Order: sequence, then structure tokens, then C-alpha cells
Amino acid sequence: MSAFLTYLLNGLAVGCAIALIASGLVVIHRVTGVVNFAQGTFAVVAGLCTSSLLGLGFPHGLSEVAAVLVAAFAGLLTGLAAIGRPGTTALSSLIVTLGVGVLAYAVEIVLWGDQPRSAPGLAGSVTVAGARIQTQYLLVIGVTAAAFVLLAIFFGRTYLGKALTACASNPYAARVVGIDIRRMGLLAFALGGLLGGIAGVLVTPLRPISFDTDVTLIVNGFAAAVFGALTRPVITLAGALLLGVAETMAAGYGYGSHQLEVALGLMLVVMIVQAGRRPAISQEPT
Amino acid sequence: MIDVQDLVVSYGTATALEHVTLHAGKGEMVALLGPNGAGKSTLANTLAGLLRPASGTVRIGGRLALIPEGRQLFPDLSVVDNLVLGGWRSGERDPSFVYELLPRLADLAGRRAGVLSGGEQQMVAFGRAMMSRPSVLVVDELSLGLAPNVTADLAGHLTELNRSQGLTVLLIEQNARLAFELCSRAYVLESGRLVTEGECAELAGDPRVASAYLGGTIT
Repeated sequence: MSAFLTYLLNGLAVGCAIALIASGLVVIHRVTGVVNFAQGTFAVVAGLCTSSLLGLGFPHGLSEVAAVLVAAFAGLLTGLAAIGRPGTTALSSLIVTLGVGVLAYAVEIVLWGDQPRSAPGLAGSVTVAGARIQTQYLLVIGVTAAAFVLLAIFFGRTYLGKALTACASNPYAARVVGIDIRRMGLLAFALGGLLGGIAGVLVTPLRPISFDTDVTLIVNGFAAAVFGALTRPVITLAGALLLGVAETMAAGYGYGSHQLEVALGLMLVVMIVQAGRRPAISQEPT
Repeated sequence: MIDVQDLVVSYGTATALEHVTLHAGKGEMVALLGPNGAGKSTLANTLAGLLRPASGTVRIGGRLALIPEGRQLFPDLSVVDNLVLGGWRSGERDPSFVYELLPRLADLAGRRAGVLSGGEQQMVAFGRAMMSRPSVLVVDELSLGLAPNVTADLAGHLTELNRSQGLTVLLIEQNARLAFELCSRAYVLESGRLVTEGECAELAGDPRVASAYLGGTIT
């Protein structure tokens, strides 16, 4: 029973990290209509930056914040490449994000090499109802909860957040009232980078990260985002938690090498179900 | 004031507006009539800066607000959020002056815009446009899909704003009767070209104009 609870709690933490990646996908897709396949890259960049900064002797906190800001900047650059040129279709932008992800491999290998890197996180563990859970996992859960609350406040209460929602709701009307939807799209990409970066700095102490870790991250994140039809953050969070728990259970009960397959399998099931109900991915009018 | 000179707008190789020249003086209410596909909304979008002309000039005296065809609200946001976002250009964040103009909106403030009736949505679109504190208002199909009493109510508000605030109005309409009631002058657009213009009283008596509103061709 305690093993089950341990897997459950660890799974929730893994799900939280997936949720951060997925929420970045959702934010970008809602505002721009673009599925950003470079989303995992932001987490990798942040994870590798954290590793380097801590290795150079910078303190915790500063290293993580700086790494997240670098990821946000990477998000902005990706946005410029994907939607910077007026008239670029969502499908073309998707291909550009794939290209950015491949280009990022080269940059990351030049800067950090091809070997996995890690970074120290919160040490120690706590016992919850007889189940041991690493403190870093609790940090992941806490930061993710805070990030989702802040996102809800940002989109629901602030003028800028409402303008972003307006772009998602009716891009033409947003232009009519004078909102620069391209600039809002770039902001969404930067926000996506920020969220991916948070995931990266939280995950790196738990799993060594290398240039190609983005594949696992984006597959998981995309599976969760599809669960929320790429538009609904709360359902995306639920999907990510379900995925995290399913993967951790699979690993815990002896199928550790099949975690990616679990994610892919769930994604396929969800996409088939979604396709029967409504289009999971639709091209926004430009 | 709206001053359009020799305007040409194209979508790729297709020309939507050909050498259109149009003027509305300060505080004037001018109608633009024409059948579907004539290029009326293209002109509205060009005046609002959403389309780039291939050639010609567009000059607007002051800030222009557009009430687009089909209302085009933010359906997922509340009425008050729709209004406040209307103030994006002007920096206006307080919709209370719009509630004074359109008191019904105060009652609807917390409702989601997407669930309102057509008339209520048009009122929100009206209020949202006013939030930008415009000196020029372009209304694309005020009466489209609305009951006559709702249209009359909105037309009353429009006329009042024109009189009390000196708002320049370009009313783009297929409903010729309404346009002639509200405006002093009118232009008729067909297949991207202005085919006639004049005082509404004169145009109302022109059988060729009536034919054009029904989708016919002026000869």
C-alpha cells in the first residue's frame, strides 16, 4: 500500500512537470493557433542552464530564475521565427517550431555537449501516510500549483491577460479594437518559454537532462495538452496528472522502459476519442 | 472626418476596391450602400487599418472605431471585459460613460457576451466601439439579423451620438430605408466601384439605386 502511495505521489509530481510543459503548449496554441513542437526545448535549455550556473558557483534561486528567464527568451526567439512574419499560417509556424527544435539540438550540443547533465535540488525526503516522497517532488507540486494559480489570475483578472484571451477568442475582433495580435502571440511564446523553463529547472534534479530529452517532454506535454483539446488549461492539468501517475505506476510495477509508450498510447486514445467528439486541433482564422 | 482618395485594395490578384473616392465631413452621417460582395466590408476594414491599400490614400480626422459586420465580440469574455478591451487604444478603462449612453449594458455587465441575443450583442459592439472615444465611427451592417424595433433603438442611439458629440458616422448598410432615414448623403458601391452618390432624398427616388440594393446592376 505504501509503495502504491509513493508511486501515486511521485506520479503526481511527474504529472505536474508535464502540466507545466503542456500549459505552455496551451497558452501558445490558444493565442496563436500554433502547436509549438519546440516546447520541450525550453525545458531542456532551462535545465542545462541551471546545471551550468550552479556549476559555476552561482547560488540556488538566482541560477533557477536566470535559467527560466533564458527559457522565456528562447520562447520569444521561437515566436519570432514562427509567427514573426505576417501572414504565416499556423501549419507553417508548426513546421518552423519543429525546425527550431532541431536547430536547438545543434546549439545545445555545442554549448553543453551530448552527455546528460543534472543539478542538485532540494535534498531529503518526507513521509506522507507511510509513503516516502523526495522533497524535490513536493517542490514540483507546490511550484506547479502556484504557477497555475498565477496563470488563472493573469488570464482572468489582468488587462493584459484578458487581451491575450481576446486574441484567442476572436483574433479579428482583437485587431478591430487595436490589439496587436502578433505582439500578443510573441508574448504567448515567451510565456510558453517561461512555463517550459520552470518545468526544466524542477525536473533536472530528478532526471538528468540532455539535448534530446525534449522528445520525451514534448510527447508527454502534447498528450496532456490534447487531453485539454489544446485550449483548456484545467483539463490539461488533469490530463497531465493522469499521465504522470500512469507512467510512474508503469515504471514502479516493473515496466520502467515503457514510460514513453504509455504516454504515446494514452495520447492516441485521447486523440481518437477527441476526434470523435470535436476537432482537437483546428486552424484559427488569421 | 473621413477622406478616401482613389483607393485600390486587392486580395492577391483579385481587386476588391477599384479607385474609390469617398468623403464624410466632421459630424456628418454618410451611408455606404451596396449588395453582398460589393466591397463594403473591405472598405470598412481598410478604414480601420486592418487592410493595406494597394494604392490611394485614406485620411481619418481623429480616432476611428469600427463596429464590424456580425458584431464580432469576444464570446468567452463578459460584457464588461468586452467593453474595457474596447478602450485598448484610448486607454479608457472605466465603462461608466458607456452605461450612461446605453443603460441596458449595465444590467448585462457580468454576462458572457456569447450567450446574449443578437440585439444585445450589437449593443455591446456599439458600447465597445464607444470605449475608444472615437471621433469617427464606421458601422458595418447595423441592422443585419436584428428585429426592426431593436434596429430602431440602436439607430436612435447612433443619431443621438452624432448630434450630441459631433461624431462622424459612416453607416454601411444593405437596408436602404434605414440608411436614408439616418443619413444625409449616400454612396453606392458595386463590384468594388462607386457607381453613384448623392443626397439621400435624391437617391431614394432613383429606381436604379433600389435595383442595386436588391443585388441588381445599375445601368
